[in-house]
Amino acid sequence: MAKIKSIYENVMSRWQALTDFKFFWPLFMITGIAFCMAASTYEFIDLYVQLILIYVGINIILTVSLNLINGYMGEFSVGHAGFMAVGAYVASLLTVHVFPPGAQNLFFPLAILAGGLAAALIGFLVAIPSFKTRGDYLAIVTLAFCMIVKSVLENIDAIGGPRGLLGMEKLTTLPWVFFWTALSVWVIRNLVYSNFGRGVLSIREDEIASDLMSVNTRQVKIIAFVVSSFFAGIAGGLFAHALQFINPRMFDIIKSTDILIMVYLGGIASIAGSIIGAVIYTILLEILRPLGVWRMVFMPLMLVLLMIYRPRGIMGLKEARMFTPLRDLVTEKLWRQKKKEAGDASP
Amino acid sequence: MPLLKIEKVTHRFAGLCAVSDFNLAVEPHELIGVIGPNGAGKTTVFNLITGVYRASEGSIKLEGQELVGKTPHQITKLGIARTFQNIRLFKELSVLDNVRTAHYGRIHYTPAEALLQIGRFRAEEKRITHQALDLLAIFKLDEMAGEKAKNLPYGLQRRLEIARALATEPKLLLLDEPAAGMNPNEIIQLMDFIRWIRKTFSVTIILIEHQMRLVMGICERLVVLDFGATIATGLPVEIQNNPKVLEAYLGEEVAV
Repeated sequence: MAKIKSIYENVMSRWQALTDFKFFWPLFMITGIAFCMAASTYEFIDLYVQLILIYVGINIILTVSLNLINGYMGEFSVGHAGFMAVGAYVASLLTVHVFPPGAQNLFFPLAILAGGLAAALIGFLVAIPSFKTRGDYLAIVTLAFCMIVKSVLENIDAIGGPRGLLGMEKLTTLPWVFFWTALSVWVIRNLVYSNFGRGVLSIREDEIASDLMSVNTRQVKIIAFVVSSFFAGIAGGLFAHALQFINPRMFDIIKSTDILIMVYLGGIASIAGSIIGAVIYTILLEILRPLGVWRMVFMPLMLVLLMIYRPRGIMGLKEARMFTPLRDLVTEKLWRQKKKEAGDASP
Repeated sequence: MPLLKIEKVTHRFAGLCAVSDFNLAVEPHELIGVIGPNGAGKTTVFNLITGVYRASEGSIKLEGQELVGKTPHQITKLGIARTFQNIRLFKELSVLDNVRTAHYGRIHYTPAEALLQIGRFRAEEKRITHQALDLLAIFKLDEMAGEKAKNLPYGLQRRLEIARALATEPKLLLLDEPAAGMNPNEIIQLMDFIRWIRKTFSVTIILIEHQMRLVMGICERLVVLDFGATIATGLPVEIQNNPKVLEAYLGEEVAV
């Protein structure tokens, strides 16, 4: 047992050193995409499994980005499905009506990016009034936002109204999902372990004290919200092009609840938790498919049990070592060495 | 020129006048005590100075710069830091991160640099980690740098809160009841500690306190508040014998 632990420690510290390496992320991205491309070209991963992996990826993006608001920042947003809808519709309208049908593959990333940017813009507009006050206000505003988006989409006939939007090609492939998932994890991880991240965390802990420690709380909250809605939009675009069909009802409050469940299942303020939550939730729903409607009984039950036994989720407020940077530890070690040397020199 | 000049500041909470016509000029390096019975408006004065509340009337100037209308983080950047009556640490964050958060306003890299981990990011992170550890070492808290703030014993939490406030490199330090929950022995230590902070960090200090022993012992000048009104100012000795003060506040305390 002790041996396994020491091997684990060893592997993890090497991994951490690796992630601190400048070119780690580009290399990781290229290797991952290459692997995914190989997997989808030569089909050494089952097509059904690939489809599930695509949904797992999309859910990871949604969970990690919502965790920035609900977990790291300690606010309560229930509007993630609304931002997802914005991204899904913008990206789909672009691929269906704007971009030339012959070069869909080429324009697909642009469409997804546009969906994300549109969601980010809407997120910015929602954030400005919402963060003027403190407390539960955000939950109410985002709830209203979610409903508004749904009814607006239902009432525009040009984009299908309640019938929804059809005609997207199946452009969401495993490599693309890998790319966006890795990007979202990378962005949020790097933001959290920076000055900005300390601002976000301090807002959760004590907003007044945070403001009095020179943190521009309003700015931090708005930036965090914009980043979060950007990735929700990205996930929406990917979702639309994986399913090839969207309608406004898909993005109602139930969808937001799904994402909230994944966040609180995996654990607040944890990237590892977000990933675990998204993976478990997506796969369990898939496994329980034969149960039909009854699986909707199982999930809430699981949530109730979780809240009783682990109210902060599986990883609640803890981060797996593989996502934490090594540099703080190194700096601290260096500092202690220096201090010791100074102490030895002048006793 | 005084470091802080408060002129005719009045603050009302929907009809209730929490502070009325408050005047105070603080010279650099002074140590001033604000005393008064519960609900006299002492903490409100701190909240007005730090921008948590916006003064209804009057002006507050730090080195000639108007503070009324500025937000708390702007005021902190100008050089005012404070502690709280009931400790307000970032409980779930490490001791080190509590102090590093106080560097927020003085960091020289953009979020984009943090995102890509390029440019000034690594050097700056290293610099503030070193500075934070140096500060913690001065306060003998460096051994607990990795510990969550909530796990520290009460006395150390108070000390960490002062360290965190000093990490913003203030010119003026506001201490809100630093002796709350301390026994007479600890208060004597605290008195030395506050004097030592003033000397080491060359800051001006205003403190709110209930413990007469503490204020009389270290403050050079006192302001007495009662129901939002300033009823006396002066040297501790003068205050001790001021009949108005005795009536409003010390009357019962002295008899004990």
